[in-house]
Amino acid sequence: MAEGQQTSPAPLLREIIVFGPPYMFIKYEKQFSSRYRILRPWESPIPLAQFLETHAQNTQAALITSFVSLSAAVLRNLPALRLILTTSAGVDHIDIIECRRRGIAVVYAAAMFSADVADLAVGLLLDVLRKISAGNRFVKNGDWAKQGDYPLGFKLGGKKVGIVGLGNIGIEVAKRLEAFGCEVSYYSRNRKPSVSYVFYPDISELAAKSDILVVCCALTEQTHHIINRDILLALGKKGVIVNIARGAVIDEKELVHFLQQGDIAGAGLEVFENEPFAPKELFELDNVVLSPHVANFTEESFRDLYELVSENLEAFFANKPLRSLVSEE
Amino acid sequence: MQNSIGVLLIRPLSTYLQEELSKRYTLFKFWQVPPDIRREFLEKHSNSIKAVVPNGVQGADSELIDALPRLEIVASHSSGLDKIDLEKCREKGIRVTYTPDALTDEVADMALLLTMATMRRICEADRYVRSGAWKNADFRLTSKFSGKAVGIVGLGRIGSAIAKRVSAFGCTIGYHSCSQKPNSTFKYYPSVIDLASNSEILVIACALTHETHHIINRDVINALGRNGIIVNIARGCHIDEAELISALVEGRLGGAGLDVLEHEPYVPDQLLGLDNVVLSPHVGASTFETRQAMADLVVANLEAHFANKPLLNPVV
Repeated sequence: MAEGQQTSPAPLLREIIVFGPPYMFIKYEKQFSSRYRILRPWESPIPLAQFLETHAQNTQAALITSFVSLSAAVLRNLPALRLILTTSAGVDHIDIIECRRRGIAVVYAAAMFSADVADLAVGLLLDVLRKISAGNRFVKNGDWAKQGDYPLGFKLGGKKVGIVGLGNIGIEVAKRLEAFGCEVSYYSRNRKPSVSYVFYPDISELAAKSDILVVCCALTEQTHHIINRDILLALGKKGVIVNIARGAVIDEKELVHFLQQGDIAGAGLEVFENEPFAPKELFELDNVVLSPHVANFTEESFRDLYELVSENLEAFFANKPLRSLVSEE
Repeated sequence: MQNSIGVLLIRPLSTYLQEELSKRYTLFKFWQVPPDIRREFLEKHSNSIKAVVPNGVQGADSELIDALPRLEIVASHSSGLDKIDLEKCREKGIRVTYTPDALTDEVADMALLLTMATMRRICEADRYVRSGAWKNADFRLTSKFSGKAVGIVGLGRIGSAIAKRVSAFGCTIGYHSCSQKPNSTFKYYPSVIDLASNSEILVIACALTHETHHIINRDVINALGRNGIIVNIARGCHIDEAELISALVEGRLGGAGLDVLEHEPYVPDQLLGLDNVVLSPHVGASTFETRQAMADLVVANLEAHFANKPLLNPVV
């Protein structure tokens, strides 16, 4: 470089690498493609590492879904990366520590889906207790006319509900279930002084004292398989469990076993350890309701998500402040 | 003597109820009598039957009441009274009781469940997983429930319980009722059509009377619109079912969650194939807990009557 000559900063390359791809991206693909250059590794036959080495060395922004793990290894192959946008509220699939170290901003959905997720948690719980999925099958199969009376369900009001994880989603679940007449208590890393629900610092005590457990916590090393055989035993034969968090929070093999043996009364499951595979053993059970990880799959949430991502991308490429960032904790 | 009092139970309902009635009275199990010999059966026992326990689906009509000259009380195991010939009971001085509060919560819960199951397609999604389809593709997008405009037709006990739950979801609530409720904070609409025009979800929660028969008709359905959904936990006859079906089939209505049908348990074929329709077999009050509470009320009302004490839940 000649003395005195200034180098101007390289213009920001309006390019995004997309991993997954997220369903939201598929829905709004036209809009994204018209504004940015899109790298689509899933369309390429070559291994990911090679794809990144070949095409993504200057890419500064990545849009990912929660099924894609952005480990430190993958991040190393994205040396220019400065922004990750994930379409999820959870961030367990991203090496946040590595991102912090490298100064990569992470945008996530935060509390955007909380109402939708809480709605589904309540819907799944009521379905398990009042058997509407099974009842709907019963009617549509013509069995109502043939067989007459349908088995009784169970009342929700007056039941003791233990919420595992009282974050954005847990709070919304609690609010709703209170209106149904439930007694709400919770387990969390820390007591929340702003709520009046009973706090249990020990999850097995929460399970022992509850009729119903609703799992709403983030997936971390500490919460991996936190719902295990002991907790299911504590919950008891009449207990019901609903999981709208992450499959790995529950020891799925144990749960299946308990349900098959009738050692718990029912389950509403929206997430699984090996999505999109749900345990086949559960397909024959009428006291189980299964959901294909759709808690945020509403037109409204997707619209909100699209706006969050597109506004943040515009802001990023214009060097303006971003919103809904994963913060220091 | 207590045991000479005959009680005719129309439907099995619960073993708990049957046991409690048998302990105190001579129990006649009507559902076990083949239909072609029911007239004979009633004649044979007409001297002992002093009480009838009907329910919301099979009641006590004029014919039955006339066949039981010693009938003193109809203690209904239901909140709805549309299947009981109240006029005839009044004429003959027969007392009538019901079980109004025992099922309020359960029925309100069912209304919310049907709403969410319809809007979020919970039943369809459950089928999607069981069929293995999830392996190949994500499920579809559905409609958010929280924050929507809910219109409740009938703000009695059940309607109010529904409103209380719906409030926790951040919904706006309007209602139509035969008369405005002075203590209510919800917006009153003097006509069902106005309520429907201003709602995304319409929940039927009123009693069935001459006035409310087919209260949900073509005009109301059109006012609710192609994105609207109807939820019915009251009586099948509240809705003009033929109009409902044509609206669903033609896409003029977004969906329906129905616990009751006009001619249950027979389901119109056209409803069977619709994914935006959730059906349940009239189980709004069918929980172990409610059955027990309702049975207790039926027994308590019978005991009060035969002890010449004030009835707990008199209608007539």
